[in-house]
Amino acid sequence: MKFAVVVFPGSNCDQDCYHIARNLLGCEAEYVWHHDRDLKGADVVILPGGFAYGDYLRAGALARFSPVMESVARFAEQGGPVLGICNGFQVLLEAGLLPGAVRVNRGLRYVCRDIYLKVESAETPFTLLYEPGEIVKMPVGHMEGNYTAPPEILAELERERRVVFRYCDADGRVTDASNPNGAEHGIAGIRNPEGNVVGLMPHPDRCSEDLLGNTAGRKMFESVVSALAIR
Amino acid sequence: MKVEVRVYPKEGVLDPQGRAIAAALGRLGHAAVRDVRAGKVFFVELEGNDATAAETEARRMAEELLANTVIEGYDVKVVGA
Repeated sequence: MKFAVVVFPGSNCDQDCYHIARNLLGCEAEYVWHHDRDLKGADVVILPGGFAYGDYLRAGALARFSPVMESVARFAEQGGPVLGICNGFQVLLEAGLLPGAVRVNRGLRYVCRDIYLKVESAETPFTLLYEPGEIVKMPVGHMEGNYTAPPEILAELERERRVVFRYCDADGRVTDASNPNGAEHGIAGIRNPEGNVVGLMPHPDRCSEDLLGNTAGRKMFESVVSALAIR
Repeated sequence: MKVEVRVYPKEGVLDPQGRAIAAALGRLGHAAVRDVRAGKVFFVELEGNDATAAETEARRMAEELLANTVIEGYDVKVVGA
């Protein structure tokens, strides 16, 4: 089982993802440079957090035009599991692999803290080891996480249960106060209709081992290993 | 040709920056300020001297890259040769 971790100029969570795949899960892992088109036979692709291309123009706007994204789009189209974390999620939105867009946080500040999430869909390859409705604590660190989409798209996401994670409080209540950035419907992560492409603003990669004081994110990586083993 | 492309939050899309600027202007005593939307302007210089072609190309640039049309609108103006 092989993970490809895409590296854009400005990615800064690539090594975390690589470390999880290789050292914690015992899988193969390869970095794929943004100029490369070869995904090196990967079974799963991770777009990591960071500031790809300096987030110039808009977060993710320039990264979507890098050569590697053509290969990622093809991989996704063929059903390959793709996970975009934070900046990686922003790249997936700009690339149109997931619908909607993110705006500057409603508080106009970079938000860097632990938040709570409700697992709304355990039916994706990245969430199947979570219980539906499970409450997990994960860190966020972003300036543009204020998710929005046209009303008909938001309705479609809800109707098709494509909201994967929603911000909530420690008891699972989705409230305005528990929403760190103003995202519509408290949306923290979504999936494509097929379920193989998932993006989220929080950082499962920053809570995947005991050393970091939280292992709630590790199941996202373990989930995809299980999903691929079943397939 | 010189072309200006203005990109701005669509009407009705929450613009946290514009709202913060409006609040700051209010605190400075500009009591008449009702609303502010904050956008960007791109000053683009193009080869050639066909104004229509320049405008068409600038529109394509806006659609492809300069604006995220999910949340942003844009307009294009040819401003000089």
